[in-house]
Amino acid sequence: MKSSVITFPGSNCDRDMDVALKKFGFKNKMVWHADAELPKSDLVVLPGGFSYGDYLRCGSMASKSKIMRSVINFANSGGMVMGICNGFQILVETGLVPGVLLRNKFLEFICKNVFVKINDKKNKYFKNVDNEVLEFHIAHNEGNYFCTNDQLKEIEDNNQIAINYCDENGKIEDQFNPNGSLKNIAGIFNKEKNVLGMMPHPERMIDRSLSGEDGSLFFKNLINNLK
Amino acid sequence: MKISVIITLKKDVLDPQGKVIHQTLDGMGFQDINEVRQGKYFEIDTKETDNDKAKAKVEEMCKKLLANLVIENYKIIDPK
Repeated sequence: MKSSVITFPGSNCDRDMDVALKKFGFKNKMVWHADAELPKSDLVVLPGGFSYGDYLRCGSMASKSKIMRSVINFANSGGMVMGICNGFQILVETGLVPGVLLRNKFLEFICKNVFVKINDKKNKYFKNVDNEVLEFHIAHNEGNYFCTNDQLKEIEDNNQIAINYCDENGKIEDQFNPNGSLKNIAGIFNKEKNVLGMMPHPERMIDRSLSGEDGSLFFKNLINNLK
Repeated sequence: MKISVIITLKKDVLDPQGKVIHQTLDGMGFQDINEVRQGKYFEIDTKETDNDKAKAKVEEMCKKLLANLVIENYKIIDPK
């Protein structure tokens, strides 16, 4: 399986993602934002970080960069595109997934482990994951998911919510919402579910000695689903 | 020609920064404020000399980059 990780000026989780993808069997290539062409890929990842210094709105500049035209075409033709953290912010700015990510409700940068409940398994990202709840890491200032009422209705009707913030038992409540996100949304799909944007970083949970291994579950499963 | 644009958050969108500014102003003694909403201001100096054409171009910029229409409104100030 071939993957590509896009590096924008200010990306800082691109190499972590590279390590994670390779660890679970992907042949990964790093792709510079100013390149026009995407290498042949089964999966494209927009990594976390602070592309373009978060100027204007997080992800807004990166969403207009040269490589993104190819990424958008790839996604529109059914290619798997996953945006993590800043990558999620870039995805919403391209319009590939609906909504926006606002400043965290309590105006603080949040850096901690959280639990997320998988809402939908009828997709290549979460199909066959045994667990209902995963422990991931979040680190962001703008992760407060918001969309219009019409968009929310569409998202819910199409079952586009991927994961919700919850407690360790999978209870989705306000008190387990770290950033004020609408309906505790931590990640969403496009309508066709080939594009996934999420705030948590699975690539930070691939080693027991560092933090945990729920990211390992995610990546192992992902590569199997793509085969 | 210089054209200015003001971007504001839509009415229903939470503005935590505006809220904190409001609270701080309150604490400073400015106690008759109903609400504070924070926005952005741009000055775009364009080579275009035709008023209407310049405004149309800036409107396109607003829609494509300067504003996110899910949460923000834009207002183009007439060039002087």
